Parts: sequence; structure tokens; C-alpha cells
Amino acid sequence: MFLRNTVLASVAALVSAMPAVAQTEVEFWHAFTGRLGELVAEQVETFNASQSDYKVTASHKGNYSETLNAGIAAFRAGEQPDILMVFEVGTATMMAAKGAIKPVYEVMADAGADFNPDDFIGSVNGYYTTSGGQMLSLPFNASTPVLWVNRDALTNAGIDADVDLNTWDQVGDVLGQLKDAGHACPLVTAWQSWIHLENLSAYHNTPFATKANGFDGVDTELAMNGPIQVKHIQTMGEWAKDGKFIYTGRRNESGANFRSGECALFTESSAGYAGIKDEATFEFDVRPLPYWSDVEGAPQNTIIGGASLWVMAGQPDEEYKGVAAFLNFLSSPEIQAKWHQDTGYLPITQAAADLTKEQGFYDVNPGTDIAVIQMTANAPTENSKGIRLGSFDQVRGIIDEELEAVWSGDKDAQAALDSAKQRGDELLRRFEQTNR
Amino acid sequence: MEKRVNFKGIWLPLLLVLPQLVVTAVFFFYPAGQAIYQSLFIPDPFGLSMQWVGLGNFEYLLGNAYYRASFVTTAIFSILVTLVSMGVALYLAVLADRLIKGSGVYRTLLIWPYAVAPAVAGVLWLFMFNTRVGVVTWYLGQLGYDWNHVLNGEEAMGLVVVASAWGRISYNFLFFLAGLQAIPRSVIEAAAIDGAKFWTRFRTIVWPLLSPVTFFLLVVNIVYAFFETFGVIHTITSGGPQQTTTILVYKVFKDGFVGQDLGSSAAQSVILLVIVGILTIVQFKFIERRVHY
Repeated sequence: MFLRNTVLASVAALVSAMPAVAQTEVEFWHAFTGRLGELVAEQVETFNASQSDYKVTASHKGNYSETLNAGIAAFRAGEQPDILMVFEVGTATMMAAKGAIKPVYEVMADAGADFNPDDFIGSVNGYYTTSGGQMLSLPFNASTPVLWVNRDALTNAGIDADVDLNTWDQVGDVLGQLKDAGHACPLVTAWQSWIHLENLSAYHNTPFATKANGFDGVDTELAMNGPIQVKHIQTMGEWAKDGKFIYTGRRNESGANFRSGECALFTESSAGYAGIKDEATFEFDVRPLPYWSDVEGAPQNTIIGGASLWVMAGQPDEEYKGVAAFLNFLSSPEIQAKWHQDTGYLPITQAAADLTKEQGFYDVNPGTDIAVIQMTANAPTENSKGIRLGSFDQVRGIIDEELEAVWSGDKDAQAALDSAKQRGDELLRRFEQTNR
Repeated sequence: MEKRVNFKGIWLPLLLVLPQLVVTAVFFFYPAGQAIYQSLFIPDPFGLSMQWVGLGNFEYLLGNAYYRASFVTTAIFSILVTLVSMGVALYLAVLADRLIKGSGVYRTLLIWPYAVAPAVAGVLWLFMFNTRVGVVTWYLGQLGYDWNHVLNGEEAMGLVVVASAWGRISYNFLFFLAGLQAIPRSVIEAAAIDGAKFWTRFRTIVWPLLSPVTFFLLVVNIVYAFFETFGVIHTITSGGPQQTTTILVYKVFKDGFVGQDLGSSAAQSVILLVIVGILTIVQFKFIERRVHY
């Protein structure tokens, strides 16, 4: 025993005395600033300190779109990083670039890393796996939409703050009561396409696009102009007309309105938690995303948003071993549980979710497990596994435009969604042509 | 007698213009050639493959009603930005020209906005007109007007025009003021003695003598409105609501950098190149004839 310890200690001493040049550098480009940027830097430091074979260098390359473009430009110049963070709507673009990426399952197998895809939460990593279950990229930050409630606003309007808000019908009643009580901003939303069409479809087990939401091929077509989507958007349009739903913009501009206490209900990502907790001077709580109770099979499960880590092609094998070690480190329960608790993003493995529960985090911060439950309550179907469309960022732009036409009363929901489908399909055909 | 310097041989003159030729070739001809070349293909974003489509990208674009609408949007936007920025600048320059005391202070203050980058200017205006917390929105609300540029296309257009024109007023102001000061006092004084009122003097003397400056600014401002207002649009409206503020340049960015559709983006650049060429020819052929130097 004594001998073994001595040997271990001298090995450790030798290793730490080795010059830094012996380390293999792994480059990691990400899109996080502020608090999230600090947390990423902390993860990287922890990894670098935990071993001495590899050194991960993290660089911030702008927002999600800018990071993706930086990665693309770098690849064209032969200067690509080992790991590139890509937001979920860029998934199809990355997948289609077969010569530019190295799928995560391959990286892990080549490196002989201990890696079991079954450890991951199906509805989280499903977005980034093939139909055959092979993981292409590692989910990094994943969130899902929930309903945020300003309890004080409800109480002030004479509504019981614990009122049931599970279904959209119930939400509609409450919005009516808020309006009658003179409330100026009953409901706001962030990311309208993601929440009110993409997640709405998955949550009601209805396709957003054909070919299993694009998972089974690039010859997919949009299908989000069905009766459920039309009913939902039509209802939202009426709420907008009545001043019950206030539209503030395409992204998450509405967050400021909710956090300042101006708005009563807010549909937003579960990752809005950190900001709301920080700024809100009122009592708030988190509820599951509402659903339409007359739809059979609802609520199914919601889908994720966020980003995943892609491994770029064309690097030496030695670096891929480092990449494998780093990705394994990121998905370890301790690191994941900490990330989940610090940020409000979902844990990517069941072990991390269990660990968070054991640590008592959900008891101290009630409601933070709503998103996890909502994601994992049912096994995902082909309608709720995720969405994989080419030019998806632009398709979302088109949907934004058409929804704005509904909110302003220029179009009815059916006409707007039909037009969004037709315009979006044109982009999908172009993407198909590019990636034939 | 005409003085003329003749160089012997061709090498020295060539050497002297070489820097300019190289700059033009590297920064203009090469990228323009690349754009024309790429517009004939549909490449994948990573440069792994390219498909020849001939004029397919142009057919796709011109067959798209939203792209055609973007021409009208661009025309309206450019004309408004040019009119507003030049009109206000001329008005201020005429006033500043008449000032005797303190004109230096006015001039300095009026030049400041030019130092503000378009994206920053966009954010500043957005703050004031934010639909929920903007200070101007609040005052308009007090007056009973419900400002909402995130849903109202005309208000959005108005806002991006004002934000784009604002920084430009300084630049135009400087040129107009210099132009005004270059007009000989004696001419104006003679007209005044003849009994011409301010407005008559302005119309018959100042405006014609100012026309080279006005023409120059017209060209420069239209080019500005076409190409450099990207930052303002990106920060304030991102081309919305619906597509009411999507000008051609913004669409190049959206298709190229958001949609990664480089073929379409390149084809749009080529179309822009042609438009700018036509505009410049029109300006120099027709408008310049009316300019008195």
C-alpha cells in the first residue's frame, strides 16, 4: 500500500513537472458572454486542472449565428477549432456538412472512451442523434419553454395566485379576468416560433414538418398549418386584438417586461430562471407550458432549444482523444448537476438530474424541476423528438413575419400559416438542392 | 497657352498609378468577380461542394414576390433617408451661416452625431422608442398615440429612416455650410440692395451656386442609404415587422449569413452591383447636367 502510494505520487510529480508543450491543445469556440461565459471558463479551468494531457482553450466568437459563421469561415480557411458550439437550429446545416464534422459517437469510439448514449436523457439528446440513435453532437445547454407567473399580479387582480393554468382554456379565462381588472399586460412571450409553433406541435404530438420533422430526410415539408396550430395562433391573435397578449418582438425582448413586473404571464425558456430570480421584485412561480385539453395525447413532451457541441473534422487523432476526454468530463454528473443548478438549463444525463434531486436543489428552489418533468414525462415520439430543418433560422424568420401579420390583424391564422409553409418550403427545397 | 507635362515612356506613369490600380483590383475587381462567379452556383456553406445552376439563382430571386417587394422598400427608404438628412442639414446650415456669434459652438454640437456608429445610433433610438419602456413612446401615449413599431410597418420604417438620417445630418451639414460660405458675399449683398428678399436670394442665387455640393451629397447619401444603414436596421427592426424594413442589403446579409445560402446571397450582390452602376450613370448623365460649377 505504501509502495503503491509512493509510485503514484512520483508519477504524479513527474507528470506535473512535464513541460506544457507536451500537452495537446484542444480549441473550443463558444457563444457565451456574461455569467454564462464565466461558468464555461470555470468548467474549462476545472478540466485543465483535473488532468495534464490536454489543455482546452475556450474562445468566445460572438452570438450563436456569429459563432457558426466563424466556424464555417475557419473551416474554409483550414483553421477550424476542435469543438464548435452550434445552436439547435443550425443542426441540419452541420449534419449535412459530412466532410466538415466528426460525429461525437465516432470521436468517442475512436478514442476508446467510456461512453454510453443511454445515460443521456432521450428528449434532450434526441435532437442531436440520428434516427438510428447515434449521437452526432453533444448537447451542451438545453432548455425548454415553461409558463412564468407573476403571482402578485394575479392577486392584485383578485385572482387566486394558485389558479390552475394547465390548459390554454384556463389561461384564456385568467387573461380575461386580468383584462377586466384593468391589467395592461396580461401575457407576453419570447421566441414565438419556438414556443407557440414548434413546441406546441411537439406537445400535442402533431408534426411540425413531414419526414419525422425532417429527421428522415432533407425532402421534408413544413406541416405547421394544421388545425391545432391554426386554432392556437387564431386564439393568440384574438388575445392580441383584445389587448390580452402583448407582442414585444421576435426574440426575448419581453423578458424585461416580465422581470419589471409589468406583465402577468410569460411564456419563456426555463433558462430564463437566472434572470428572473435575479431581478424580479415580486413573487413568481413556474408552471408547465399549457396545452389544449381537447387534443388527444396532449401533453406529450416539449422539445429543447439551446446549443450543442460539434467536433470538427480534419484534426490530428491526438486532439480527438482530448476532445473525447473533455466531452466526457462535461457530461459527468457533478459538472452537469452544477451547470443545471447554476443556469437553469436542463441536465443532459439522468445521473445529473438524480444528483440534483439528492442534493436537495429542487426543494430549496421549487419549480426548477418543472422543465425536467415536462421533458421526461413521456418517451418522445417522432413528432416530439426535435426538429431538423435546413435554413431553419430563416424559416423561423419567415414564421416570425407571418405571425406578426396575425398579431397586427392583417391576416387570419390559417392564411398566415399557409403562407409561412409555402415560403418556408421554398427554402427547404433550396437546402435540399444544396445537399443532394 | 496650355501647360502640359509629358512623361517619356510608360513605366513611370504606370508605377505612379499602380497603387491605385492594385487597390481597385484587390478590393473591387477580385471580390466582384468572385461574387459573379459564385452567383452561378449553389455552394454548400462549408465549401465542400458546388453545383452549377447557371442563372438559376437569379430566376429564383426574381420569381420571389418578397424579393421584388424589397426593391420598393429600398427605394422608399433611400429616398426618405436622403430627403430627411439633406433637408434638415440644409436648413440648419442656412441658419448657422447667418449666425454671427457662437456659430462655432453650434457647428461642433451639430457634428457630434456623425461620430456615433450606426449600430449604436440604432440602439439609442430603439431605447427612446421602445414600445413598452421608451421615453418617447411614453410621451406619445400621454398624447393618446399608441406607438408600436414592432407591429406597425409604417412606424418601423419611420423609425429606421430617422435613425439612419440622424447621424448623416452632421455630415451633410458640414458640406452645406462650407458650400454656403464659399458663395461670395458680394453677390448676395448686391441682390439684397436690388431688393431681393431672403427667399428670392436663396432660390435664385444660393441654391444654384450650391448645386455642386447638393449633387455630391445626393450621390453620397443614396449610396449611404443603400449600403451603410445595415447596422441601424439590424439593431432596430431586423427587417420587420413582416418585411416592411427589409432593404436589399439586409436581405443579402440574411440569406448569406443567417441562411447560409451563399448562391442566393452572391446573386443579390451582383444585382446590387448593377443597380449601383445604373444609379451612378443616371446621376452623372442627367442630374449633373443641371449642376452649375
